[in-house]
Amino acid sequence: MKVEQLVEPDRVHKHVYTDQAIFDAEMEKIWERTWVYCGHESQVKASGDYYAVTIGRQPMIMVRQGDSSVQVLYNRCPHRGVQLVGNLHGNTGTSFVCSYHAWSFHLNGTVRAIPLAKGYEGTRMTRDNPDCGMKRAARVDSYRGFVFASLVDEGPSLTEFLGEARIAFDDMCDRSPVGEVEVVPVCHRVMQHSNWKFFMENQLDALHPSVTHQSTGISAGRVEKRIKAERGSAPLYYHYLSTFASSFEQWDAVQTINFPYGHGILKAYMGLRPQDPDTLEHEALLVKAYGAERAEEYLSRSIHHVLVYPYLSVQSPLQQLRCLRPIAPNKTQSEIWHFRLKGAPEATYRRSLWYYNLVNSPATMINADDLENWAKGQWGLQSNGGDWVSFHRWYGDDREENGVTYSNHGTSEVVMRNQFRAWTQYMLA
Amino acid sequence: MNKIPSSAPQAIPNAGPDFERLLGQEVVIEATQGSALTGAQSIEPDHSPRASQAGSSAQVRQLPRAGILSRTSAEADVQREVEQFLYLQAELLDSKHWQAWIDLFDAQGVYWMPVMPEQIEWEGSPSIFAEDKLMMEIRKGRVSHPNAWSQAPMWETNHLVSHVALESVSDTEICVRSRFHMMELRRDSVRHFGGRYQHTLIRGNDGALRIRLQRVDMFNGQASFDYVLQIWV
Ligand code: FES
Ligand SMILES: [Fe+2]
Repeated sequence: MKVEQLVEPDRVHKHVYTDQAIFDAEMEKIWERTWVYCGHESQVKASGDYYAVTIGRQPMIMVRQGDSSVQVLYNRCPHRGVQLVGNLHGNTGTSFVCSYHAWSFHLNGTVRAIPLAKGYEGTRMTRDNPDCGMKRAARVDSYRGFVFASLVDEGPSLTEFLGEARIAFDDMCDRSPVGEVEVVPVCHRVMQHSNWKFFMENQLDALHPSVTHQSTGISAGRVEKRIKAERGSAPLYYHYLSTFASSFEQWDAVQTINFPYGHGILKAYMGLRPQDPDTLEHEALLVKAYGAERAEEYLSRSIHHVLVYPYLSVQSPLQQLRCLRPIAPNKTQSEIWHFRLKGAPEATYRRSLWYYNLVNSPATMINADDLENWAKGQWGLQSNGGDWVSFHRWYGDDREENGVTYSNHGTSEVVMRNQFRAWTQYMLA
Repeated sequence: MNKIPSSAPQAIPNAGPDFERLLGQEVVIEATQGSALTGAQSIEPDHSPRASQAGSSAQVRQLPRAGILSRTSAEADVQREVEQFLYLQAELLDSKHWQAWIDLFDAQGVYWMPVMPEQIEWEGSPSIFAEDKLMMEIRKGRVSHPNAWSQAPMWETNHLVSHVALESVSDTEICVRSRFHMMELRRDSVRHFGGRYQHTLIRGNDGALRIRLQRVDMFNGQASFDYVLQIWV
């Protein structure tokens, strides 16, 4: 089936989730072309620090250079192809050295030494041949410390690609009095037995929480209520969980904003400004750094999630980020990170940490049920019980202005419709 | 593929007149003695040693000591009592008696699964579990709810606890470490989790042991999780 036949404005064919040929085409036309998130600069602080990342199907290395820039290289020895780093992260000193025949490379990928170089004289594989160096990602750029790479020369710049979704990183960094975040060096990895699109669609699906997460929301709400009755107030982190049981009406009252390239925002103020001394201390620091007006703007942003399509889900008010690395049509690795606001009080960090521990850890009481949905979703779509996936809720109801679509209802499936608009553009390009 | 006709005589190819002489020589490839650089190092003197590989647990961990030896029968009783307590802890989990399991903890009891063995504080650093009794109550309530969707498929666990080593014993507090292996069945597949328990046990006025801290260091806690953990390990 052709791409044009798979995607209609209000529904898509199940093959886009299940078909190996479609998956391969996605890797080629989307993931290995567009800007893909590699990591945060603070993951590779010192010269020689590296992180192995996957872009589409390509094993890459993000590595800090001697001149403090960050480079992204293919994890492949130009001699006979062996991967140059064998673990997820580390420090490689001043060079990469191949474990097979000791070809070595500078941190920017250019060749440094070839053993028995004499043996190559008169061949086309002498060290002046650029093919003797490690291949680099065609483009590397960063936005507020978040590093992205694109494996092709042409296409929009990183800023053009991110567009309004830049707010994910602005909102995170602006909450620091020095405008920067630093990664907490823990990455939880959780395998999803589902197509990557399930996760991306789910993140702005405002109808599902009170269905999928009701067991946790209700259980947490019960305990929260009791603590409030006993002590007058309950710590914010109970609210993180109980809020998942909010009513359909509440979720329907929020708004999604849907951008070009499939990006989007779920608005909804997260209620992170109780008037306790810790919160007030943090807010005072921002006022001091940015002035009252801008500090207020930063603190009152109504953002729940920002999606950078097709792989990032950012909860900027709590400095959390999840990144997808697709493996197969029915298999997706997710990487889960969180960040510290530089210069902010420890208490502000601890508040976000609770969210990381409760919602994003591999013992999460929330995503346990999401993962179950996505796996069952994948199995359902692999069946012959039907060919189409419906995105009809509030179809025709949204408001579009200059390529940006605003939902009138939080539960509008415009999120998915907008993602597939971008998907089709990528796939037909 | 070229097939050798089976009828053709299969001669060993002639290596030439030098062959005999070559075979007669003893060629030994041996490491250079002394400080001379060898192999890859002669090309890349800084090849080795390289900076530590952060991904490969280069950190030196604490040297384990043998547990306290029971010298009297009273001490042997404590060892057995603690062992039975740890077995019960595991069996309550495997039999899904969540409230009875929570009741093993004292009022300030904490269940903690850190991300890395170097962590020392249950609050303030990223954890896989960091739960006081209220949070345990939420988790219990969640898995017991009729619409805990992820609990619908067949789901069982089986713990083995061993290597029970007493680290310190007083009238009021016992520190003990042990090893566990948990197999988990979900749908039709089995996952394995293993690691170390470190229990701080308090002896109350009633003489019974209660858990003040159950620290669980999973050896595969930073490997990719195939699905997530729903209940305590
Ligand atoms: S494959 Fe890397 S040096 Fe030979
Ligand atoms: Fe969810």
